[in-house]
Amino acid sequence: MTIILATTTAPVDTTPRDEDLPAPRGVLHDAWVVARRGLIHMKRQPQALADATIQPIMFVLLFAYVFGGAIDVPGGGGYREFLMGGIFAQTIVFIAMGVGMSIAFDRTNKAVDRFRALPISQAAVLGGHAIANLVKSLLPITLMSLCGLLIGWRIRSGLADALVGYALLIAFALAMIWVGVLLGSIVSTPEAVQGLGFGVIFPITFIASTFVPTESMPGVLRTIAEWNPVTTLSNAARIQFGNPTAAPAPGDPWSIAHPLAYSLIWCVLIVAVCAPLARRAYRRSISD
Amino acid sequence: MTDTTTALVERGHRSEPGTGLAVDARGLVKRYGATTALDGIDLQVPVGTVTAVLGPNGAGKTTAVRILTTLTQADDGTATVAGFDVHGQANQVRRRIGLAAQDATVDPLLTGRENLVMLGELHQLSRKEAATRAVSLLEDFSLTEAADRVVSGYSGGMRRRLDLAATLVSRPSVLFLDEPTTGLDPRARSELWTVIDTLVDRGTTVVLTTQYLEEAERLADEIVVIDHGKVIARGDARSLKRTVGGDQVQVVVSDADRLQEAAAIVDHVTGFDVIVDPATRTVTAPTGRGVETVVLVAQGLLRARIGVDDLSLRQPTLDEVFLSLTGTPAHDNDDDEPAEEAS
Repeated sequence: MTIILATTTAPVDTTPRDEDLPAPRGVLHDAWVVARRGLIHMKRQPQALADATIQPIMFVLLFAYVFGGAIDVPGGGGYREFLMGGIFAQTIVFIAMGVGMSIAFDRTNKAVDRFRALPISQAAVLGGHAIANLVKSLLPITLMSLCGLLIGWRIRSGLADALVGYALLIAFALAMIWVGVLLGSIVSTPEAVQGLGFGVIFPITFIASTFVPTESMPGVLRTIAEWNPVTTLSNAARIQFGNPTAAPAPGDPWSIAHPLAYSLIWCVLIVAVCAPLARRAYRRSISD
Repeated sequence: MTDTTTALVERGHRSEPGTGLAVDARGLVKRYGATTALDGIDLQVPVGTVTAVLGPNGAGKTTAVRILTTLTQADDGTATVAGFDVHGQANQVRRRIGLAAQDATVDPLLTGRENLVMLGELHQLSRKEAATRAVSLLEDFSLTEAADRVVSGYSGGMRRRLDLAATLVSRPSVLFLDEPTTGLDPRARSELWTVIDTLVDRGTTVVLTTQYLEEAERLADEIVVIDHGKVIARGDARSLKRTVGGDQVQVVVSDADRLQEAAAIVDHVTGFDVIVDPATRTVTAPTGRGVETVVLVAQGLLRARIGVDDLSLRQPTLDEVFLSLTGTPAHDNDDDEPAEEAS
């Protein structure tokens, strides 16, 4: 275990490089390098990998076989068909937790300082987190789609409708990334992000039409669920994939009558509010 | 005008063209709430030299490094590194510096190789260039065998070596090492010193912080002693030692019974107050005449036929220097200081 820098036959060139600095390759290049690191992290953390693979499959099976029999699906049709839209929505919402945890993780292990001493923009670092977590969330969505196909879920709409469905999911994912940046910047440790995730995000995804139709919920809870964007995201996905969901009735609130539009409004709203706050919080969290 | 100076002038960003300062900081002030971490620090580091910033915990060393490496903004004062302003031209600075922070900041979940390749790419090398560079750095830091192992399984010394290798990916012209050998065993420490020597030989400017006086003396051309956010002394080791007074002549006699006779001889030669320590059979006295004193003492002892185990002229240690400058020992951890070293 000796360092032989001085005596190796072909010593590494550490002569200061001054005027022949390599040309900048742009923010996308840098973001992709940071993103690849995030993907390696997922591979190396069995816990995170399990969260992204086993957990969604378990959820699909659990709800399809254990709870499914007890839940009536509005408008007829099988519960498994109903379930998939909701489970996609839940996965998308949980991206916020993934982003938050990876940002908090960087701060606790000082990776943030290493990045800040590099000639790259902080947008590239945030972009890297975003890309990595977007890719990470595609894995469970693919797995769940396959799992759904195995237990009888089908896309019964046309190709265009289905693509709009997936596009909506991705748009919502992009919005949730900003929520994650905000979470990761204001909370100090990955564990705290996880705590917030389970304490706040988890209930939000349950007081919705994710797993059960809102019709079955009592008074106030039903109203909350009807205006919860997770409900409309689930419903919009169901509609786009041609799966059963409650047919809009005359007395329904606007959100239930226009789930796609209402979900998109939330995407814009989340980005408009969270992005500036998140960027400020992130900048503050990494300085000093 | 040489090529180098032409280049410097052409770049046109130097605060003082042609002065050849790799670091030029003036009047840096940094406050954290009510606490003043830096209280007007000046630091000038000529190109190709090593400067050690020496001070106890909480003195402001890390804060100074964080400002110079663009991680923190100073509340007052200006600083240029490699000729560029750390605030206004941060990216230009970042392209030319390497930073080994106090806590190893290599990614624990990546392998050694992946870490170096990633940093190479973020320093705008192509993937292939970055890979080639990683191979040679791993080789040079004796990490080839561990290259494809995840860093969280590395030993402390391996991690520190990887961290240093990581700072060299971009061939920086100014290298900042924040307490580079803290927590290393003596062997790993001296290995790291050799590496730093080699880097300096090749023209890299090094700014390092340390609590170890021995380390500052071993590595640095200039030592800047800071305490409570202020520079309290600067100079090379020799001139700093002079601030405590001259050298000391020290005699260890073989036979404790003849200690007083030896003390009389030393007293006669030096004319200063001698300190006699019977426990170690040692006579010590300050002297302004250096080697001449040693010769005269040796002659006296020889004539009196007093057996001697050791006769030496020693300089005061830097610990003694620090004590006389600050009134507190250098290794005293100042617990009521802000946790700036950790921030």
